[in-house]
Amino acid sequence: MTSVYEPWNEARGAEIIAEHAELEGATLVILHALQEAFGYVPEPAIPMVAAALNLSRAEVHGVFTFYHDFRKEPAGRHVLKLCRAEACQAAGGDALAARAEAKLGVALGNTTADERVTLEPIYCLGLCATAPSAMLDGRLVGRLDEARLDALVKEAQR
Amino acid sequence: MTMRLFVPRDAAAVAVGADEVATALERAAETRGLQIEIVRTGSRGLCWLEPMVEVATAAGRVAFGPVSDTDAASLLDAMVADGPHPLRLGIADDIPWLKRQTRLTFARCGVVDPRSVEDYRAHGGYKGLERALTLTPDEILADVTTSGLRGRGGAGFPTGIKWKTVAQASADRKYIVCNADEGDSGTFADRMLMEGDPFLLLEGMTIAGLAVGATNGFIYCRSEYPHAIGALKSAIAIAHKAGVLGADVAGSKRAFDIEVRTGAGAYVCGEETALLESLEGRRGVVRAKPPLPAHKGLFGLPTVINNVLSLAAAPFILAEGAKAYADLGLGRSRGTMPVQLAGNIRHGGLFETAFGVSLGELVDDIGGGTASGRPVKAVQVGGPLGAYFPRALFGTPFDYEAFAARDGLIGHGGVVVFDDSVDMARQARFAFEFCAVESCGKCTPCRIGSTRGWETIDRIVAGTSREANLALIEDLCQTMRLGSLCALGGFTPYPVMSALKHFPEDFRRPSPRLQAAE
Repeated sequence: MTSVYEPWNEARGAEIIAEHAELEGATLVILHALQEAFGYVPEPAIPMVAAALNLSRAEVHGVFTFYHDFRKEPAGRHVLKLCRAEACQAAGGDALAARAEAKLGVALGNTTADERVTLEPIYCLGLCATAPSAMLDGRLVGRLDEARLDALVKEAQR
Repeated sequence: MTMRLFVPRDAAAVAVGADEVATALERAAETRGLQIEIVRTGSRGLCWLEPMVEVATAAGRVAFGPVSDTDAASLLDAMVADGPHPLRLGIADDIPWLKRQTRLTFARCGVVDPRSVEDYRAHGGYKGLERALTLTPDEILADVTTSGLRGRGGAGFPTGIKWKTVAQASADRKYIVCNADEGDSGTFADRMLMEGDPFLLLEGMTIAGLAVGATNGFIYCRSEYPHAIGALKSAIAIAHKAGVLGADVAGSKRAFDIEVRTGAGAYVCGEETALLESLEGRRGVVRAKPPLPAHKGLFGLPTVINNVLSLAAAPFILAEGAKAYADLGLGRSRGTMPVQLAGNIRHGGLFETAFGVSLGELVDDIGGGTASGRPVKAVQVGGPLGAYFPRALFGTPFDYEAFAARDGLIGHGGVVVFDDSVDMARQARFAFEFCAVESCGKCTPCRIGSTRGWETIDRIVAGTSREANLALIEDLCQTMRLGSLCALGGFTPYPVMSALKHFPEDFRRPSPRLQAAE
């Protein structure tokens, strides 16, 4: 499954912002909606959000940069997240993370040069009794072992 | 006759192939000309048996697991013949692991269809709300207080007192906020409940609303739980249609509504005041207390903020009476705790039991030891901010005070098992590292101390001025514990100090530098 995002478009951005601007405490809701549409939060959207919510640009930038979820640039075509929290560590997650890094040739938190795969750590998918676990483009995978990881990496590279 | 099958839609089951199993069962039924209905339930919490498939029979639901899609055909044949199958586990309710639990909060999870309010009612749902609607707010508060329920998020604050404080505050508007930012590794009870029995949480929040005079509720769920968010949103829409949520709750002329909000990957937002900041659309920076959220919470208004499991305990207390809840437990820890057994464990999953069961019983007996078959070396209880306990402390009863007395905490009830291959110096470093990454940055002990912490651990491991640096770590932990604004900086010393205290040898190995010189 490849996630297909719209290219940044100011009018569309404004529409998304307006859709949620009336909510109480709308900033995170809007940032999520923008990222869902465009795959990241395009920089020009920040002042637009600020204007719509009567906030300063710095305030919105501050919120945007505080949270791990929000991207300032598009991710690779596929995003492979490996759970790196304690339960997965206990079940052999460290070795699997190192294996994924070696196979993809990038460290966690980076995108491959061909922009195909972004490899990211995630701190707990809540699948701690079927650890280690991973998520490929929103699809969950538990009981990860070398074979299952290799298959996931291969799938992500396609 | 249509055969009724039950396949979990819980994320943990889906992650190990439940969707593929459901599809394979449908296909196999089609080729056999069999009429089947597949109900997608939550999980019963026997995670090592997931995907666990059940079939309705005259004798009760018969379970099979762990099922893979290639088992579908043989499984159906065995179901039709009511015959043996290598994966057959017998009547689900009679599986010993389930039978020895006391399931109050999780009574319906894995049993009912989480998208059906009728199913929820048929299994005793909304009885608590019905009774609450006949009571005065004071009577509801009295019930919750006498039940002895304490905050299940980790802090263990008496829920009744929290609610009473909000009830007594005067304001035009009050809020019920559900903390579903279950970020602790090794915990998944909130997720399972939201996915498997979402109406229970909605009912609990509605009861809280009636008790304190709030008409609006928010569920702040972490973004890592897309299945839970989906389940909650569906349940809210269904509850509206069924008239148990909205302007006129169950014909009472009283209003209560709930909105789901999604977090954005910040662990610190599990701290209640950071969560409120985040809900308001700001950086998840911790607030100084006082004022308490009960007085000045969301948007500066009186707010009940409770964990999923605390709110989800309310319907039972209202329906069955405070005494039925308080009769269970140990000391000041009343009722049940959904314990989550995770990590390197043979029989991992959700085990709801009265307080008082020993850690050793949970790990060795119920959990069956490690999945790797190697000896258990350490168990981290209570998430990334919880202490690592060695086997010597396995006699500790699962109880807020007993864990505190041994420099630990039960937190949200997560138990993560490690075998003897774990390097505790590395785990101590990770605790600091995690704190450094997730610190909101407001207070210095947490923001700076966490980084100085992992740097110092690195020096200890490298063999640089080892004793002096070990003393430094103790001093640093003391500062973080006493000087941090919230539990993130304040509790990071728990995993660090427990690793140092119980596993000192891991910090005193010959350094790699010296080994190379030999």
